[in-house]
Parts: sequence; C-alpha cells; structure tokens
Amino acid sequence: MLDIEDLHTGYGETRVIFGLTLKAAAGRVLAILGRNGAGKTTTMKAVMGLLPASQGKIRIDGQDIAGRRTFDIARSGIGYVPETRDIFPSLTVRENLELAARLAPRNSAWTLDRVITFFPNLANRLSNGGNELSGGEQQMLAIARALLTNPKLLLLDEPTEGLAPIIVRQIHEKLAELKREGMTMVLVEQNFGFATALADDVHIIGRGRTAWQGTSQEIRTRTDVQRQWLGV
Amino acid sequence: MTFWIVQALNGLQLSMLLFLLSIGLTVIFGLMHFVNLAHGALYTLGAYAAVSAVAATGTYWGGFVFAPLAVAMAGVVLYTGLIRRMRKAGPMSQVLVTFGLIFVFLDLMRITWGDLALSIAEPTLFTGRSELLGVAYPTYRLFIIGLGLAVMLGLWVLLSRTQIGAMIRAGVDNDQMAACLGINVERLFFIVFCIGCALAGLAGAVAAPVLSVTPDMGTQILIPTLIVVVIGGLGSLKGAIAGSLMVGFIQTFGAVLAPQLASVSIYALLAAVLIFRPAGLFPAKA
Ligand SMILES: Nc1ncnc2c1ncn2[C@@H]1O[C@H](COP(=O)(O)OP(=O)(O)OP(=O)(O)O)[C@@H](O)[C@H]1O
Ligand SMILES: [Mg+2]
Repeated sequence: MLDIEDLHTGYGETRVIFGLTLKAAAGRVLAILGRNGAGKTTTMKAVMGLLPASQGKIRIDGQDIAGRRTFDIARSGIGYVPETRDIFPSLTVRENLELAARLAPRNSAWTLDRVITFFPNLANRLSNGGNELSGGEQQMLAIARALLTNPKLLLLDEPTEGLAPIIVRQIHEKLAELKREGMTMVLVEQNFGFATALADDVHIIGRGRTAWQGTSQEIRTRTDVQRQWLGV
Repeated sequence: MTFWIVQALNGLQLSMLLFLLSIGLTVIFGLMHFVNLAHGALYTLGAYAAVSAVAATGTYWGGFVFAPLAVAMAGVVLYTGLIRRMRKAGPMSQVLVTFGLIFVFLDLMRITWGDLALSIAEPTLFTGRSELLGVAYPTYRLFIIGLGLAVMLGLWVLLSRTQIGAMIRAGVDNDQMAACLGINVERLFFIVFCIGCALAGLAGAVAAPVLSVTPDMGTQILIPTLIVVVIGGLGSLKGAIAGSLMVGFIQTFGAVLAPQLASVSIYALLAAVLIFRPAGLFPAKA
C-alpha cells in the first residue's frame, strides 16, 4: 500500500530523515515509534507532500507520489490526521466534515450520517464552531474528517496525545473497529501500549532512519530494543 | 442636523469605495500571505477602462460592466505571468516587485490615457438629488452606498453560506490542512485573486463619475486601503467592513471638523488599534 524507499527530507538546511525505508501492507496497521524529535511527524508530512523529499521514493499502490502536490496526494486516497489536529476554527463542525466529504462519490463507504453514527459525540456538536471543541472532540472530528475523504490509507499522528484515559480508550475502540473493517493505517505513537495493542507491525525511527522493524508481538519481548530506541 | 447627515452619507460613500478595494486585498493576504501593493493601480485601471468603455458604448453601464471584467483579465495576466512564480518568494520580494508594478502601471496608463484628468458622466438613471432623511443628497452617491451594501451582503452569503466560501475560510485558517483534504488551494487563490481584481475594477468604475480619473488616483487610495486591512484584521470580511467604515468616517469628518489634523487622524487611528489590538479588530486567525 504505502512504500517508502530511501527517503531524505527535513526543514531547509536541517536534515531530519536520511535514508528511511518502510512498507505498510494493505489491510494492516503499522505503528511508527521513536523518541521525541526522531522524525515521525516529519515522515508523515513528507508523505503528504507538505515537506519536499530531497531524495527517495514514496509510492502508494505502486505509484510514485513524491514531488506531487498535497491536494493531489490527498485525492489519491490518503487521509491524514495531523498531530495538531488542525480543525478549521472558522468553520462549524458540520462544515469541517462537509468540506472533507466534498470530493467523495455518492455511494462512498463513509458519509456524513455514518461518521456521526461512528462518533456519536459529534452529533450534537454539528453547529458548534471548530474552536469550541474539547481535545477529545477535536481528535474525533479530525479522524471523522479524514474518513470522509474515503481514504484507502489512514495516517494518524499521535491520536491520543494529551487526552484523558477514558477518551484514549474510546479512540482505541474506534480505531480497532476500523482495523476490523480492513482499513489500512499508519499510526505514529508515543504511547507504547496503545500502539502495540493496535498495530500488527512496528517500525522504529532512530537517527533519521530505520532503527528496528518487526511485529508488535516481537517488540513486546525485545526490552533491549525498547530501551535503546524508545527509552521505555 | 443636515450637515451631520450629509457628512455621514459622504463618510458612508467613501467607506464603500474603501470596502470594495480592501476586501480583495485582505482575503488574498489571508489566504496566501501575499501582499499586492499594485492593488491600487488595478483600481485606476478600472477607472480608465470605464472611461474608454463609456466612450465606446455611449452609456455609463458599458463601463460599469466592462471595467471589472477588464481588471479581472489584467489579474489573470498578472497572476500567471508573475504572482504564481512569486508565491514562495517571501514578503520582501513580493512587496518590492508589486511596488515596482505600481510604477509600471502608472506609466502604461499615462502612455495610454495621458496625464490630464478624465471623467465620465453619472448614469442618467441616477442624476440629480434625492430626498433622504430630510436632506437632498446626490442620487449617484446613494447608488454607490447601495452598491457597496449589496456587495457586502453578496460576499457575506458567498463566504458563510456556500461551499466555496467554506473552502476559502478553511484556506485562510490553514492552507496546508485544506490541501490535505484535497482542496487545490492554489486554484482557489487564483479565483479569489481574480474576484479581488474585479472588485477593484468595479470600485474604479464607480468612483470615476465622482472623482477625477488620473494615473495616480490609485496611489492616493492605496494607503487608506492598507490601513483598512490592518485595522480590520487580515483576511476577514467583518474586519474589512469595520475598517472601511472607521477609516471612511474618520477621513470624512476629520476633513471637515479639524482640517489641520485630517491627514494625521487615520494614522492616529491606526496607531491606536495597533497598540490595543495588534492583530486588528477582527483577525481571521485567532
Ligand atoms: N518546522 C521545523 N523547522 C525546523 N526543524 C524542525 C521543524 N519541526 C521539527 N523540526 C525538528 O525536526 C526533528 C524531528 O521532528 P518531528 O516533529 O518529526 O519529531 P517527532 O518524531 O514527530 O517527535 P514527537 O514525538 O515529539 O512528535 C526535531 O529535531 C525537530 O526539532
Ligand atoms: Mg511528532
């Protein structure tokens, strides 16, 4: 599904990722782990075309998307839930959702009605402004919005960051439900327990490239890897 | 009493011209952080386009329709030839290049239309004076006020009630996230830029019967327009409305009540707003 090969990217002169290779298989959930500042968000941004890749390939279903413009990448089927959630504050919740649903064909899997059933908390918030939501509601809206683009791949950057445990549990349930439906996801997380409970595969970024890769099951027993690359 | 009503109407009429100019500028800036100092020159171009179209068609309405279209076309040329390439160039280069454009436009208009002040006649529909609130006020100026209000209402509906309006607001809030939802922000910018140009052209055509049309009419109105944008807050319709009314009224009343202070009054307003509300009164971004 997503296939990154020898990616180099960063912010102007600051090189952050140099030579990252990573694969996310269709129908599976991949967790990208790594310490603070390892370059997880940077990698996501490069996939979305928000940062230029100075070298390497980013393929989605075999098509190279590196160098394409962001709106084009989004339209090729990637839904993005950014770390900062980025709800549009001057739009109502409904407008935030409708904007995402704009390009979806009529008979799409995800419709406004369905995301509201999926996240019932949003139902009585529809006419609220995007700036009037709690952190948990913002996160749900960010996921709902990405789903409404009807993506074949969902990128989630720290969906549990700064949320109360009860909300984290809710989000976990929802993402597990998406996984059961066969949604391909790439999940960046600091929360090791959350990530490994949800993910099939794990990819650790350290020193700007792949530090370790394997399955969730393996990483749980590899305390040496955890200590070296995650500081757990 | 008559005096106050007349001056208030004058202030309102100036406010509407300022609004037509500032709304394009502020939304373009809010959406793409692009500073177009040549916006005033586009207003002048609109006035001249109206003069020529009136001469060709024999009616005011020929200019009224042609000027916005002509300036929108100029916007297309400007955008594809120059601005698109400068999008990532940074504010300093944009300011310098669009500042240079002012002089290019100035000379092109001098060469085409000459230095002498030109003018066009009011439309026959709106000549003379009309009774309003007990004063006889020039009908054409009332038309300008009405037109300004109609454009405000139209833009309000467009921005708050339509999908393209929601796209524009989303783009002003966060252009990167908007792109992540598949919105072609660049094309959106192009459309908004052209609408902004058309409104500047419309302002020029509408002003032509009340002001004399000279090559530098745009440079004169540029500063008040920029002040409107800064006072109102970048990127917001509400800000452009509030800013236009404040600047229009202060300029008008300043000129009649304290002529010796008139030229400093809007700068005093600007300074006051910047001290207490550095982001302007109604910034689009909180
Ligand atoms: N806008 C920026 N300009 C320059 N450097 C940046 C910028 N954003 C991030 N960086 C640097 O890039 C490196 C990687 O940042 P990134 O946000 O990708 O880390 P991360 O793995 O997502 O960390 P976290 O877990 O804290 O979210 C960091 O060293 C950071 O300081
Ligand atoms: Mg991050």
